[in-house]
Amino acid sequence: MNNEQCTTLKVLDNVPFGQVAGENLFFALRLERPEWKNWQPGQFVMVRPSGWAFDMLWARPFSICRVSPRDLVLFFQVVGRGTRRMAELKSGDDVLVWGPLGNGFAVEPDSPTLLLAGGIGIAPFVGYAHSHPKPWNLHMEFGHRMPLSCYPYESINEKIMGDAHLEEKPEDLTRFIELMDRRIAEHAEQNGLVLACGPTPFLKTVQHLALKHSARCQLSLETRMACGVGACLGCVTKVADDMHANGVAAGRAQVCNHGPVFWAHQVNLSEG
Amino acid sequence: MDMRLNLPGLPDFGFKNPILTASGTFGYGVEFAPFGDLTALGGIVVKGLSLKPRPGNPMPRIAETPCGMLNAVGLQNSGVESFLKEKLPKLPWRELPVIANIYACDPGEFAELTSILAREQGIAAVEVNISCPNVKEGGILFGQDAAQAARVTEAVKRVAGDKPVIIKLSPNVTDIAAIAKAVEDAGADMISCINTLSGMGVDIRSRKPLLANVIGGLSGPAIKPVALRCVWQVCRAVTIPVIGIGGITSAEDVLEFMLVGAHAVQVGTANFIRPDFSFRLVQEFEQLVEKMGITDLEEFRGSLKL
Repeated sequence: MNNEQCTTLKVLDNVPFGQVAGENLFFALRLERPEWKNWQPGQFVMVRPSGWAFDMLWARPFSICRVSPRDLVLFFQVVGRGTRRMAELKSGDDVLVWGPLGNGFAVEPDSPTLLLAGGIGIAPFVGYAHSHPKPWNLHMEFGHRMPLSCYPYESINEKIMGDAHLEEKPEDLTRFIELMDRRIAEHAEQNGLVLACGPTPFLKTVQHLALKHSARCQLSLETRMACGVGACLGCVTKVADDMHANGVAAGRAQVCNHGPVFWAHQVNLSEG
Repeated sequence: MDMRLNLPGLPDFGFKNPILTASGTFGYGVEFAPFGDLTALGGIVVKGLSLKPRPGNPMPRIAETPCGMLNAVGLQNSGVESFLKEKLPKLPWRELPVIANIYACDPGEFAELTSILAREQGIAAVEVNISCPNVKEGGILFGQDAAQAARVTEAVKRVAGDKPVIIKLSPNVTDIAAIAKAVEDAGADMISCINTLSGMGVDIRSRKPLLANVIGGLSGPAIKPVALRCVWQVCRAVTIPVIGIGGITSAEDVLEFMLVGAHAVQVGTANFIRPDFSFRLVQEFEQLVEKMGITDLEEFRGSLKL
């Protein structure tokens, strides 16, 4: 029934993407393939380098970017103490990994499916695009602020249709939102699927547009987590009343074990 | 060797080994079942239960701090009835003690909760949270005042039937030994201590507190010396069994708490370091006890040389 495991894996390599200095650093962390039976794009893992002492107690959550017969690939951006330390991981280092955790994105092979990614939120769509049985039914719109070379965009672009949109000025963002508005409307008309992953303001925009067009839409949420398994109650989000099954207490659900993927109409992002 | 310790005053009750999991850090146990054998643990203390569902505090609720963490979850839970119906049947309660941690706003409500739990075969004992620092209705007051703590203890004991009552103490007091003595005199069967230390964190860039509740509870290895001091003082003040809690991350830590007098311990924040932490700790503890040549845990317990 449960497929979750807690195992120590070796780092195969930790490759910087795009610029290698400055504030915004991106890495593809490649680990040995864990002995998972199955996983779904949209699921995540908790990662804690074995070399960490107790100054930082928590593992860090990362979307599964891709799993091959040889490796598990995660994609991360340096955003704080933990990821800054993870940037130093080298080939041969040990990391503790538990997962695959949470639920994945819906896969409907014959539905036109729109992938909306904001920045580092592109990570789970690599695995999604590569494992989808009919990738010609997928279309991606990718909004980003750093140069495209910082993101694993090429490995998706070689597989599916789509465009990348650099946001440099406020007008760029307005244009990107207008484009998403049109794309979501098109997919809603065809009873297609809309999947989104990115920062919370981006998800709020997608949610607003999806509800406006009555599109079937899933959002992958990003929050701070301590345990990843539903115990600490540190990653909750407000949810609609119809989710009140399975231990969801008084309108709040853990993002880790009730998500991270939620249907857009079920989740309230007001606290994010 | 036998890891069981006799618990004074409780001839019919015991833990398989001295390592339990602390409330709020181990969910309802079932969350950790994929990562180890729950029945290998000395016991499970489940996430705090209240009479009615509670939404808890707004986000953010947790923050990592040096060698620890702050939390202000605010006792989010779906209520005692939901726990008994949905969660308890999934736990191997026939094979290990499942302890219900309870929270309420007044002694009457504590008693009402206890009387519901006292009827449940699957509940081995009740741990009373008189010390949660996160709830605005005055949860802290019971734990900070000896007379109030005694009132709650009496109210709970009156309806607990044959279920042992554990009172969980706060470290945020001037004299923890006085509170311990008061709850012992009021009939408590055991004491567990400590709950989290009151603390806060801020972000100088956003100029916001790290927790939406501003103030939260500090836990993790950072608080272990405070916990050890409290357990030592409590053990000297009372004769009932004491369960030590606070920053335990190794088998050595377990023995440290036993050395100052604890009969058992609860592992809390360490469950977040890795989900199999407590399961591994049970094994490491047995290995350490053997390696150190300790043949009688009862003899070792409280043998601190002064």
